[in-house]
Amino acid sequence: MLKTLGIAALSALTLSTGAALAAGAEGHVHDVDFSFEGPFGKFDQNQLQRGLKVYTEVCAACHGLQYVPIRTLADEGGPGFSPDQVRAYAQNFEIFDPEIDDYRATKPSDRFPGSNLENAPDLSLMAKARAGFHGPYGTGMAQLFKGMGGPEYIVSLLTGYTGETKEEAGVILYENTAFPGGWIAMAPPLEDGLVEYDDGHDNSTHHMSEDVAAFLMWTAEPKMMARKEAGLTGVILLIVMSVLLYLTNKRLWAPIKKKVKKES
Amino acid sequence: MAGIPHDHYEPNTRGEKWLHKRLPIMGLLYDTLMIPTPKNLNWMWIWGIVLTFCLVLQIVTGIVLVMHYTPHVDLAFASIEHIMRNVNGGHFIRYLHMNGASLFFFAVYLHIFRGLYYGSYKAPREITWIIGMLIYLMMMGTAFMGYVLPWGQMSFWGATVITGLFGAIPLVGEPIQTWLLGGPAVDNATLNRFFSLHYLLPFVIAALVAVHIWAFHTTGNNNPTGVEVRRGSKAEAEKDTLPFWPYFVMKDLFALGVILVVFFAIVGFMPNYLGHPDNYIEANPLVTPSHIVPEWYFLPFYAILRAFTSDVWVVMFASWITGGIIDAKFFGVLAMFGAIIVMALAPWLDTSSVRSGRYRPMFKWWFWLLVVDFIVLMWAGAMPAEPPYSTISLIGSAYWFAYFLVILPLLGVIEKPLAQPETIEEDFKAHYDAKTGGTHTVVTNPAE
Repeated sequence: MLKTLGIAALSALTLSTGAALAAGAEGHVHDVDFSFEGPFGKFDQNQLQRGLKVYTEVCAACHGLQYVPIRTLADEGGPGFSPDQVRAYAQNFEIFDPEIDDYRATKPSDRFPGSNLENAPDLSLMAKARAGFHGPYGTGMAQLFKGMGGPEYIVSLLTGYTGETKEEAGVILYENTAFPGGWIAMAPPLEDGLVEYDDGHDNSTHHMSEDVAAFLMWTAEPKMMARKEAGLTGVILLIVMSVLLYLTNKRLWAPIKKKVKKES
Repeated sequence: MAGIPHDHYEPNTRGEKWLHKRLPIMGLLYDTLMIPTPKNLNWMWIWGIVLTFCLVLQIVTGIVLVMHYTPHVDLAFASIEHIMRNVNGGHFIRYLHMNGASLFFFAVYLHIFRGLYYGSYKAPREITWIIGMLIYLMMMGTAFMGYVLPWGQMSFWGATVITGLFGAIPLVGEPIQTWLLGGPAVDNATLNRFFSLHYLLPFVIAALVAVHIWAFHTTGNNNPTGVEVRRGSKAEAEKDTLPFWPYFVMKDLFALGVILVVFFAIVGFMPNYLGHPDNYIEANPLVTPSHIVPEWYFLPFYAILRAFTSDVWVVMFASWITGGIIDAKFFGVLAMFGAIIVMALAPWLDTSSVRSGRYRPMFKWWFWLLVVDFIVLMWAGAMPAEPPYSTISLIGSAYWFAYFLVILPLLGVIEKPLAQPETIEEDFKAHYDAKTGGTHTVVTNPAE
């Protein structure tokens, strides 16, 4: 028993230490309960659609999603657009087409355009690239038990403006409690009621932040639902197999162990 | 094949006889599978199968990934995203491969510490141990180069830092570094050679694994008592052993099944937990990440590398005595490789005639302290290189070397070992009698 405990403790420690990768002076990030957390969590289709709208009307002015094909908006486990909706949506963006040597509207087979501003990072993978707060003390517990990751960072960042500004080398910086270092060049992008939701959902800054964070989690991990399903299938099949192997093994060894007992 | 007497393959049918005369492959398979195995092996002897599984898993998933991956600095990162988004099942295969590396190292560390505790490295199994250490080194090389392939920020900067270690070698360091990288800095040439070697090395590992198995099939397995199997006659040997098939195959497969449940849960539900988030940002030679941290399985040795700064007295002494040829950076590199070399030399550093830690009352404590030390170093390796972490790393590194260079040689002299069982059969009986209130006394051991 002690041995088992020892192994378990060792594994737990090794695993959690491993996650202690990006400890350091990070900004404050608060936990948000997203629908997609945990082994059974799913993306909320309506939330993804709302987040897409926030992205399209606000973020896309500067940022891009260069790895995300527009057609995937119709994929299973995503915002669930119909093919017609995707075609209509694609009209929102223009890209440069070297074949016709001119700009044209995007098609579903194109990817979202990249960032318009050099300093605005591409957002395709941001929800995974900003999952780096494995606290407390680099033990990874916040991530393991609360499911804290990149989406929490995005919400914390979008709602973390204090209203203070300062000018540094001709650039206006905005104080933000979530941003590492405390001062960010991006002006507060959201304000209450900025985006009019089609489903009439509450459009306060906080809700819009959560919606766009969920959407960006989808752009970073579009196959999350498929992955969890495959993982669950694997776990169940392996449990069944392990039980069968346990019984086989027990039965196989029983005569050997019995012989010992008889002899003594 | 083995020194333990046992039945050998006899071709029965005409077809078998025909084949056996020309190629005794069935005999080889039979002898390998039916090898007499000590019947008292405990659950720490299952990692070999897990490791074999990992090697196969990594090779199979790796080959599929290569079908969709592009090794070019401008395209590598995007081709990974192509695998994650457009390739059927690509996201799962990649996560299996990513986390497969972690499972591989998790298993190899338990396998190595099993060997250290039960004295599996001692005569006559030194060759098995040395081959094992070579496999471990190859694994580290393969994993490191594989981590560079996605061409994320940590890929790039990890490669820069680690290849920079070679630059620390006095005089010839910089030409060597340039030669390794294929240029003055990590670039397309580096990515391409790492890709090539990342594909090659697993097959070298597979060959070494075959030699590893060959070696311990020649000496026979060690076991928790460290007492050798009796080899006087077949009947005697059979009292101590059971054939590998089916007894240990089934046991190992069951253990593998349980481990894979956890593995699939990690792959399915938290595949990025063990990875560094910065690797989802494409490599940018102009932006250095605030902390460059390797994957978890390198952290203990990374901590040793960073522990020896220029204000440590051994480093100052080494620098003074060599006239400055050995500086802090080179000392750290020597310490990191030295940490693995001293471990590889364990068969000759351990002076105790008793193999198993079970019968070594003092050794046990030092061994478990080494395990704790390893975990502390792992944690310290992930922390920034500043006090108090640098001091913790230094103490941890000192103990690592002290264990192999001082404690192991001394313990053999000063320690009074406990009585060992005469035979494996006796140990097996004692174990199963204890549950029915038998008369044998079991050596209680909190370590097991």
